[in-house]
Amino acid sequence: MIRAVGKPIEEIIGMVQDFNKLLIAGCDGCVTVCEAGGLKEVKVLAAALRLYFTQAGTSKQIEETSLTRQCDKEYLAQLRDSIDGYDAVVSLACGVGAQFVADMYTKKVVFPGVNTSFMGATEERGWYVERCQGCGQCILAETGGVCPIARCSKRMLNGPCGGSEAGKCEVAPDIPCGWELIYERLKTLGQLDRFEKPVTPKDWTTSRDGGVRKILREDLRV
Amino acid sequence: MTTYSAGSNLEKIFKSGKKAVTGECGPPRGADAEHFRHKANFLKGCVDAVNVTDNQTAVVRFCSLAASKILLEMGIEPVMQMVTRDMNRIALQSNILGAAAMGIKNLLCLTGDHQSFGDHPQSKNVHDLDSVQLANTLRMMRDEGKMISGTEVQGRPQMFIGAAANPFADPQEFRVVRMGKKIAAGVQFIQTQCIYNMERFHKFMEMANDMGLTEKAYIMAGITPLKSVGMANYMKKFVPGLDVPDSYITRLKGVPKDKQAAEGIKIAVEQIHECLAMKGIAGIHLMAIEWEERVPEILETAGLLPRPTVS
Repeated sequence: MIRAVGKPIEEIIGMVQDFNKLLIAGCDGCVTVCEAGGLKEVKVLAAALRLYFTQAGTSKQIEETSLTRQCDKEYLAQLRDSIDGYDAVVSLACGVGAQFVADMYTKKVVFPGVNTSFMGATEERGWYVERCQGCGQCILAETGGVCPIARCSKRMLNGPCGGSEAGKCEVAPDIPCGWELIYERLKTLGQLDRFEKPVTPKDWTTSRDGGVRKILREDLRV
Repeated sequence: MTTYSAGSNLEKIFKSGKKAVTGECGPPRGADAEHFRHKANFLKGCVDAVNVTDNQTAVVRFCSLAASKILLEMGIEPVMQMVTRDMNRIALQSNILGAAAMGIKNLLCLTGDHQSFGDHPQSKNVHDLDSVQLANTLRMMRDEGKMISGTEVQGRPQMFIGAAANPFADPQEFRVVRMGKKIAAGVQFIQTQCIYNMERFHKFMEMANDMGLTEKAYIMAGITPLKSVGMANYMKKFVPGLDVPDSYITRLKGVPKDKQAAEGIKIAVEQIHECLAMKGIAGIHLMAIEWEERVPEILETAGLLPRPTVS
């Protein structure tokens, strides 16, 4: 799932201060799960902004809402009747959702309220870790179910670099070495022989390097 | 008659059966070529080839291609280092061709330290290829006349292919396997990370011998003399994948401060002798970091001078 973190309140204040009627729009999808942009965070942000602007002697109209998903047009369309009542929207959805709001409501100023971070899993509540970089050509079958693209800081494909020490990455002691994880997993699975075979250069055209990506599923289109 | 893949001095020394010695010279953080020449001059005639680092520790320096060319002009054979951190396969292959065109005959294929260690931690890294893939790319270009894309190379780059190995990184048991992977990809000589833990290095070499790797590639033991207790502590704490045993630190502490450098050199010479006595060691890679002026003395003391000439 997509993981995001709320932007610092000072940054959001800086973005919205010249606008009087604001809509804070959350998303019930990924950002709700990681507690960065759901209805709860919408309410917290709206309250903080109201408090700040009241204390600053500025009167602003700040409304709250959250949509089932901001990355689907049918849910975004629910804003159609009310959107003209606002000067700007602060979207707490991921970057995809925020852009889709801007796409649909072309005359509306849209601000991002979160920093979209990565595709990751919930290790524990409040602790999210990246697991996939969406390279478009999954190699997990070769690497014991641990992705070296997402979990090796150098995206190495032929084993750990010389900076792997005691299971940790050279970049920071709190990052597990992805290749150490792969190694241990392959050992457990009895597949260490996979390690010895050189892996050829990856075709990155399915990653972001191939340009803006799209999926066209003729079977789903009507 | 011996056949050579590149015909570099380094390759010839190895193939003559003599122990090879390489040095290292890091380009400066600026365009001061004189400073680089000054440092390199200490190594001239003392070593068979000189490694030129490629933005080592991810700190911007003048490029290894230019520095290698300067060495060539000085009559010193370069081992050009190339990391995959900063260039994609287009730039890497382009630089290989350019380097070969200028007469550079040794290339060391590396992945490179992560940019978080360097002076531009905000930069993007590339890592389109890793070191194994870079070595394989050079082998393909040289031996099959093909680029990664399959495009034919017009004029094959005649280069002797090297790589690094770190016997002290983890997972320990995999380190030799990884070196084997590099050799299978086309690597002909290996320079190890700085060795301090001799016991662990002995084990590494035993495994390398058992796997037959010392028959397939020339392995050079990496030695970096310790200048002081401060340097030893720094290497132990901050350099990724380095293992400095306390016994060396204790030894350096045991002599007056003005004698620590001499003691460091004594340790280095002992290490050189111990490494050269190991089965499968084909040479020494002496990395006297910002201490190039002491290289002649170290090699003289170690009995490695004068260097052999091969034709």
